[in-house]
Amino acid sequence: MTQVVVVGHGMAGARFVQELRARDLSRRFEVTVLGAEPEAAYNRVLLSSVLAGALTPAEIETVPSAWYAAEDVELRTGVEVGRIDRRRRRVLTTAGEYVGYDHLVLATGSRPWVPPIDGLVGDDGELDRDVVVFRTLADCRAMLARLGRVRYAVVLGGGLLGLEAARGLAGRGVDVEVVHPADRLMERQLDLDAGRVLARTLRGLGVRVRLNAQAVRFTDGWGGGGRGVRLDDGTRLPADLVVVACGVRPNSGLAAAAGLEVERAVVVDDSMTSVTDPAIHAIGECAQYDGQVYGLVAPAWEQAAVLADVLAGGSARYGGSAIVTRLKAADVDLAAMGETDVDDFGADDGLEVLRFADPARGTYQKVVIRDDRVTGAIMLGGPETVGTVTQLFDRAAPVPADRRALIFPGVVDAGGAVDPADLPDEHTVCRCNGVTAGRVRAACEAGADTVAGVAATTRATTGCGGCRSGVAALLSATRPTVEVPA
Amino acid sequence: MGTTATHCAYCALQCAMTLTADAGGRVTVEPRDFPTNRGGLCQKGWTAADLLASPHRLTTPLLRDDRSAPFREASWDEALTVVASSLREVQAEYGRDAVAVLGGGGLTNEKAYQLGKFARVALRTKNIDYNGRYCMSSAAAASNRAFGIDRGLPFPLPDLAEAGAVLIAGGNVAETMPPFVQHLAAVVDRGGSLIVADPRRTATVDRATLHLPVLPGTDLALALGLLHVAVSGGHADRAYIHDRTTGFDETWRAAAQWWPERVERVTGVSVAAQRAAVAQLAAGARGRGAVVLTARGAEQQSKGTDTVTALINLALALGLPGRPHSGFGCITGQGNGQGGREHGQKADQLPGYRRIDDPAARAHVAAVWGVEPADLPGPGPSAYELIESLGTDGGPRALLVHGTNLAVSSPRGARVLERLAALDLLVVADVVLSETAALADVVLPVTQFAEEDGTMTNLEGRVIRRRRAVAPPSGVRTELEVLTSLAGLLGCRAPFDADPETVFDELRRASAGGVADYGGISWDRVDAEGGVFWPCPSSSHPGTPRLFADGFPTADGRARFVAVEHRPPAEEVDAEHPVYLTTGRVLQQYQSGAQTRLVPALAAAAAEPHVEVHPDLAGRSGLADGDLVRVVSRRGDAVGRVRLTTAIRPDTVFMPFHWGGEQAVNRVTNPALDPVSRMPEFKVCAVRLERVVVVS
Repeated sequence: MTQVVVVGHGMAGARFVQELRARDLSRRFEVTVLGAEPEAAYNRVLLSSVLAGALTPAEIETVPSAWYAAEDVELRTGVEVGRIDRRRRRVLTTAGEYVGYDHLVLATGSRPWVPPIDGLVGDDGELDRDVVVFRTLADCRAMLARLGRVRYAVVLGGGLLGLEAARGLAGRGVDVEVVHPADRLMERQLDLDAGRVLARTLRGLGVRVRLNAQAVRFTDGWGGGGRGVRLDDGTRLPADLVVVACGVRPNSGLAAAAGLEVERAVVVDDSMTSVTDPAIHAIGECAQYDGQVYGLVAPAWEQAAVLADVLAGGSARYGGSAIVTRLKAADVDLAAMGETDVDDFGADDGLEVLRFADPARGTYQKVVIRDDRVTGAIMLGGPETVGTVTQLFDRAAPVPADRRALIFPGVVDAGGAVDPADLPDEHTVCRCNGVTAGRVRAACEAGADTVAGVAATTRATTGCGGCRSGVAALLSATRPTVEVPA
Repeated sequence: MGTTATHCAYCALQCAMTLTADAGGRVTVEPRDFPTNRGGLCQKGWTAADLLASPHRLTTPLLRDDRSAPFREASWDEALTVVASSLREVQAEYGRDAVAVLGGGGLTNEKAYQLGKFARVALRTKNIDYNGRYCMSSAAAASNRAFGIDRGLPFPLPDLAEAGAVLIAGGNVAETMPPFVQHLAAVVDRGGSLIVADPRRTATVDRATLHLPVLPGTDLALALGLLHVAVSGGHADRAYIHDRTTGFDETWRAAAQWWPERVERVTGVSVAAQRAAVAQLAAGARGRGAVVLTARGAEQQSKGTDTVTALINLALALGLPGRPHSGFGCITGQGNGQGGREHGQKADQLPGYRRIDDPAARAHVAAVWGVEPADLPGPGPSAYELIESLGTDGGPRALLVHGTNLAVSSPRGARVLERLAALDLLVVADVVLSETAALADVVLPVTQFAEEDGTMTNLEGRVIRRRRAVAPPSGVRTELEVLTSLAGLLGCRAPFDADPETVFDELRRASAGGVADYGGISWDRVDAEGGVFWPCPSSSHPGTPRLFADGFPTADGRARFVAVEHRPPAEEVDAEHPVYLTTGRVLQQYQSGAQTRLVPALAAAAAEPHVEVHPDLAGRSGLADGDLVRVVSRRGDAVGRVRLTTAIRPDTVFMPFHWGGEQAVNRVTNPALDPVSRMPEFKVCAVRLERVVVVS
């Protein structure tokens, strides 16, 4: 038996175990999962839905405990790993227990970064009781538990998670302000104009946005015993709750301490294996491949599948992931992908940038095209073509010759409405019976003076009946003296 | 002969029509009012009688001693004697299973029943299946596992018109059964919603309020996403789920992994469209009712059963099945696709939708047939697997074909021709010399719809009457006569009868107590009541127009959610085959086209296959409108004429399958089978396009 130990029971770790067992019908692997969180595996992507109240915590569980029993996987939750002993191929838990491995899979994810702002962290090193991060189900529960008592919330960070938290809280009736140090929201994904349109959209949903602002202190002593956040320009914002969403740091300390090559995260090759130790692998947010650390679930799942295949003896290799960022916030439809902060004024050959902006209606669409391929896009508030643009980006497929199709659904096909009376003779009026306008006209000229009369000679209208009004119009036009009932 | 009230020769809508024969035997068609077609007929229906006197009509048996020789005309005595003696020789040398039978979903109930009995009792072979395997099998498997029963629609069709919202997953009724559209139009006209998931903007989509332009082969992901949106949007009917179903939690756990943004990336259907679809269905469910329908687009995939299951899960989560003007249904394709799958031409079934491996079922049917249960064969392979095994070591050496044109309708057509050529004996009973019949050793000319009596079970599960309007040409026999004669020549002692009403009465006894119970349905009742819905266990039972009001025919009376997971199509596009191919139908042709291609008006309107190509793809491929294009996959190629249209995705082409020879798109399609239903993947494979240069 080959011993596989998975450290981490989040989106990547849980998925990896399922992928491995799906390829391991003969049970060659003895699998142990060590999860630091006490929870069953849950879907982190859906935490914003839990915060918004659309789903309950139980509904985002991904793998039932019965699955582990049925698949003979040892799952130990609430167990943290303190050290990797590479020489003896074992890990030491913080409870002092050794677990041996042939393959060690690090799926330790990342942790929220809490900036050094006075008052966020108490003297004990723990977060203040009114400060939360938005990372785990426990964090989500903590926020939900406070909802009744929170009137004002300040969200530090206007990235993806911060905005999802802010939108969720606003939807729950909380007065929310987002404090963001950059000049635009989601600056890694958006250009300046998109950030501005997004801020405007959020304002309409009850989320205020303060850009180029830095919080410096979270303090008591607000009027009436309340608490609040002071900004670097002296502004004071009331806050019963502070949500810290200032980014994450990969949990790669274990690997670094064990002497594995770690840059921003554990450096792996295309088999998701540490470049230092062939028995150790990393997937998800704690892995760095080709200089990239991915913070989204889709790459983590791709990596989990690749590693499972590799361990099972397959030939799969990882080649990086195309990233599509999708904000999950009610009433905001935003997708961003690839290069977005570029313009094509005087640009090199082959670069095109399409733009449509209607800020008053919350729309900002921008598609970046190089050599007929979508290399980046921001689709805000124009939801109809997001699927099309995303698939073109994902598949590096050629873009439509008429670029308008990327932004305006249906516009390419929309002909002007033609009066049935003006239809050319060869136009099919009745599909069910293949009757052309010319045949209807001929029937009328031969004496038919009712729709039923036209039907008697041509069979038009006798299938689904959908062409009745068209036939009536042709009849009226051909024989103006005949009164055609509507 | 006067006028005769009957139903159309073609699809499962079975439009009612009146046939009038003049003194010279010329037959004309008039539509007749009926709940399904409401007096409508499409061009196929109007011209249904045109094949009766066609010069292409077979009117005498054809025979040849050598497949390279031309056919010669033969007497029935000679033809049947040759068939019987050849069958006996094959079975003597290779065993009983060396003879195989393929049936069709166009056969009347009586013929389908008789064919199954003939295979099990006269030939005693396990090798029988039918072309419904290519049609209804995925929906049937999914319905059985969810509801414990497989009836296409669980309610009369006019109920559909009363619904507030209808979702059609992969169906194009405006093309395949146009008068059906009246019921959908009624929904839209009253302000309701019609949502259609299809890679193409079809004629049906043109009537819809919402189009979900799904990437071929990803319907399952879309269905999972719709369930996700329904639950997270608060539209799940918790009381219904609790009271009437099992298995929701596990099903949700699978669907929970398919949040709409992920589904958008896989399917190309926008999050907004997914949410709108669910909102419209939910509004329908709260109001007049909501219906989820599937058809071949969702079903003819190597994961068709799971795709249908995911759509059933959606319907269950919304609390639809068993509620007024609500539920899940499958739009049956072939004329008797419903009845044809109930009475024993399916590899694993006996009459009444009984399982052939169930000892009680075997005992019941054996008693009706007057044989020992132990003498009945067991389950055989499915249609494509059966075809693959023809003429191989240990595979069948002889094949009888009734009501199917597998040379055109089976996937990976070149392989099918190879298997047919390897047979010692191929016998085809047909109306015309179909592509399959043209390959046969013996061709038996049989009757058409207007020349025979019998029953059909339409897409609603309503048993209706097919009535004889004219006498067949002399030299043409009914399949009941053929099978009765052959059974006698084979020395079968069990009684076979050529009178359809007598056969039906035997079918009633054989089906009694089964899931598809016809016990209480007589021809007289069908005539008097304008059709009877099964199940109908006794002559005093009114029949069952609506299923599930009081419970589901499962062991615990509850419907079953079944957790399913999306998986990609069996074949993905790559550099060599960069375009998706999807296949389907056109209005003027029916199935393999063997009949409709010979009707002059239909042939004139749709003479050859077209290939729908988006102008962008055409531009990149050097194709212009009207060019001939060769569609090439790893398995074969087919030629059609380019039709430029923006109604198809630029990464996908469409080609209808009604033509034979080089025009047969099923030479290209992928026989990857669904693991449960054994349905081939007709709806998606990877191809490249090559312009055909015509040298004049």
